[in-house]
Amino acid sequence: MTVEPYTILYKEQLSAQVYLMRVKAPHIAQERQPGQFILLSIDQDYGERIPLTIADADLDEGSITIIFQTVGYTTKRLATLEQGDELAVLLGPLGQPTKIEKLGRVVCVGGGVGIAPLHPIAKSLKAAGNQVACILGARNKELLFMEDRFAAFADELIICTDDGSAGRKALVTAPLKELCQAAEKPQLVVAIGPPVMMKFCVETVRPYDVPVVVSLNTIMVDGTGMCGGCRVSVGGETKFVCVDGPEFDGLKVDFDGLIQRLQAYRPQERRQEEQHACRMQQQAAELEKKNV
Amino acid sequence: MSENNTAALQELARPQYEELKKLDFQLKPAQRAKIPLQEMPVQDAELRRKNTSEVALGYTPMQAVVEANRCLQCKNQPCVEGCPVRLPIRDFIKSIAVGDFAEAIRLIKVDSLLPAVCGRVCPQETQCQVKCTLAKVLKDPEQAVSIGRLERFVADWERNQGKTELPQCAPDSGKKVAVIGSGPAGITVAADCRRAGHAVTVFEAFHKFGGVMMYGIPEFRLPKAIVEAEVELLRRMGVQMLPNFLIGRSRKLQDLLDKDGYDAVFIGIGAGLPNFMGIEGENLIGVSSANEYLTRANLMRAYERGKAATPIAEAKRVAVLGGGNVAMDAARTALRLGAEEVYLIYRRSEKEMPARVEEIHHAREEGVQFHLLRNAKRVLGNEEGRVTALECLCYELGEPDASGRRSPVAVPGSEYVLPLDAVIVAIGNSSNPLIRQTTEGLEFNKWGNLVCDEDGRTSLPRVFAGGDIVLGAATVILAMGQGRKAAAAINKMLAEGGD
Repeated sequence: MTVEPYTILYKEQLSAQVYLMRVKAPHIAQERQPGQFILLSIDQDYGERIPLTIADADLDEGSITIIFQTVGYTTKRLATLEQGDELAVLLGPLGQPTKIEKLGRVVCVGGGVGIAPLHPIAKSLKAAGNQVACILGARNKELLFMEDRFAAFADELIICTDDGSAGRKALVTAPLKELCQAAEKPQLVVAIGPPVMMKFCVETVRPYDVPVVVSLNTIMVDGTGMCGGCRVSVGGETKFVCVDGPEFDGLKVDFDGLIQRLQAYRPQERRQEEQHACRMQQQAAELEKKNV
Repeated sequence: MSENNTAALQELARPQYEELKKLDFQLKPAQRAKIPLQEMPVQDAELRRKNTSEVALGYTPMQAVVEANRCLQCKNQPCVEGCPVRLPIRDFIKSIAVGDFAEAIRLIKVDSLLPAVCGRVCPQETQCQVKCTLAKVLKDPEQAVSIGRLERFVADWERNQGKTELPQCAPDSGKKVAVIGSGPAGITVAADCRRAGHAVTVFEAFHKFGGVMMYGIPEFRLPKAIVEAEVELLRRMGVQMLPNFLIGRSRKLQDLLDKDGYDAVFIGIGAGLPNFMGIEGENLIGVSSANEYLTRANLMRAYERGKAATPIAEAKRVAVLGGGNVAMDAARTALRLGAEEVYLIYRRSEKEMPARVEEIHHAREEGVQFHLLRNAKRVLGNEEGRVTALECLCYELGEPDASGRRSPVAVPGSEYVLPLDAVIVAIGNSSNPLIRQTTEGLEFNKWGNLVCDEDGRTSLPRVFAGGDIVLGAATVILAMGQGRKAAAAINKMLAEGGD
């Protein structure tokens, strides 16, 4: 048994803040199933470990695809790595895989960077014989990506933007509601995106007695059940997203608690960014001095 | 300044040492019993609570020789009985007593791979030292020969000499052993199986090896460089070390045997999932398990602010729930991360605390405030969901329970509120379900621990286990002891060619 370096084989900027990378990891590519995620870090000694969902895998190339938005300390730095660079840490696949079964009609809702993890799930649901309607939403056209990949298999594809720059000018909940009200209501809704979006998708679906699965992305350290930092209340019980999830019955998830916990280290993160900015400014100033 | 600095203690030892030399180290037992116990030099409490350097500084060679001469060299060696790996305690102490440190460490290394670790973190006072004849003669358990300090001394002496000997390995057997987890149990099995000539792969989920010795036990109690040196030794012996690899997910356990050609598997994955209290407000921001808090601080190096990308709760007032070694580690780490007030909340009295006496003593010296016979009732928070206070309830001791400890009984109406900004829960772990969920045919008990026979054999052929996943929460030395037995059984099985 060997593990090769986690080399970045390909990098592409999908939208203003969203990047795609294919990373060498044959052992993960081989074992991964839809719904699972990895943990990565970009510095062996001082890095932070962050979870990202596996968007795709290529067995021939021995690679996995990750898609991420530059929102935090690590994702911003990850985006500066180039093809040929190596990740310091890559652990996976983690979490329970999605239960893929033939149900009939399924609606898949993806918002923002949540479109990426939705892709393998929606594709597998289609392959399992379901009729799959996909709703993809983003703030504007620039933040949308992968529409063509969804178009390739979806029975119906609805694009929404907040500003109407692409598709319908609407929140994803509007078409979701329409699909739930249709004569043939869906047997399952899968919603992946920012917690607030998932919360409102769940509330939209709740009156129609349709099961709704959500995939949660929380703060994690080890990703193997050891720290409990990812815990969330589901139906009044504390669950660990890393080992019990990442997918849960959306109707039971305490989204308000989840949203609060995601803010846990916000003050430190803000300061970290400021310090980093300060150091960058310092360096820039020093460079300027040298050049003068 | 503390009296226990190295220079002062060295001066105390000097006249004793001169006297020993005069007698050419030939003493009668009664003379040995009169040699005063050598205290361990430690960092001053006021200084150390603000740094992460090691608290205990270790004996000087002179102190070690003097302390070793206190040993009565009993024929029946009761101390060895108390040691989970049955180190030749009397014999290595005899070597130290005449200044032959090289022979002492050689004797230890026959049975233990991690003397620098065990010398630091073993609960000697309840194992080898509790049996010490000298303590009985002097009618004071605290007067036992300082076996742990002597073990640590020779292990450090060897490392500082920079000539750690590579253990001999038998010629390649053509057999392969997979070790899951790189904590004390896994390291022991890896070394013992490698010495028998087998090819060994160690799978570790984290990016660094050492298990609890890296993520859990803090730098100030066990410097990481010591653990890294032990891991490096395994590498030099030819053990393959695979980080970032989670058996059960990155590869199924059964696949290791069926597809990857391993002839035996050892499961040493540790304790697993942190327990929480199940009280109101436990998911508020600022409440974390000790596992999370210590992992952020140790493994992810959050104590090196400005360097580490991993953040950690910045709290001025911290409560730690629990009374074990992990609780002490968390409380003392909180102080070092800048907390002004650290309360340790434990529902029984100090006598029932499972933590080592030395750790309790050090925590108190550093300013940890003990709230005994108290327990958390609920965590209170603000509108942002951050912890603001802990409501506690007072207890008194009732009748002894099944464990023989007097069980705490709540005092109705005794609630009080402690303003806080972080709560660390250190009340133990449940077993991690991952291997159970992904491996068919492995038998677990109702607490989720693996069921094994005396040699660590599980219900699956060719699969062995040891350490906390079998014992529940235990100690480094007990995990090593189990690893040693399992490795012997694996080596025997592979030598005989059966399963």
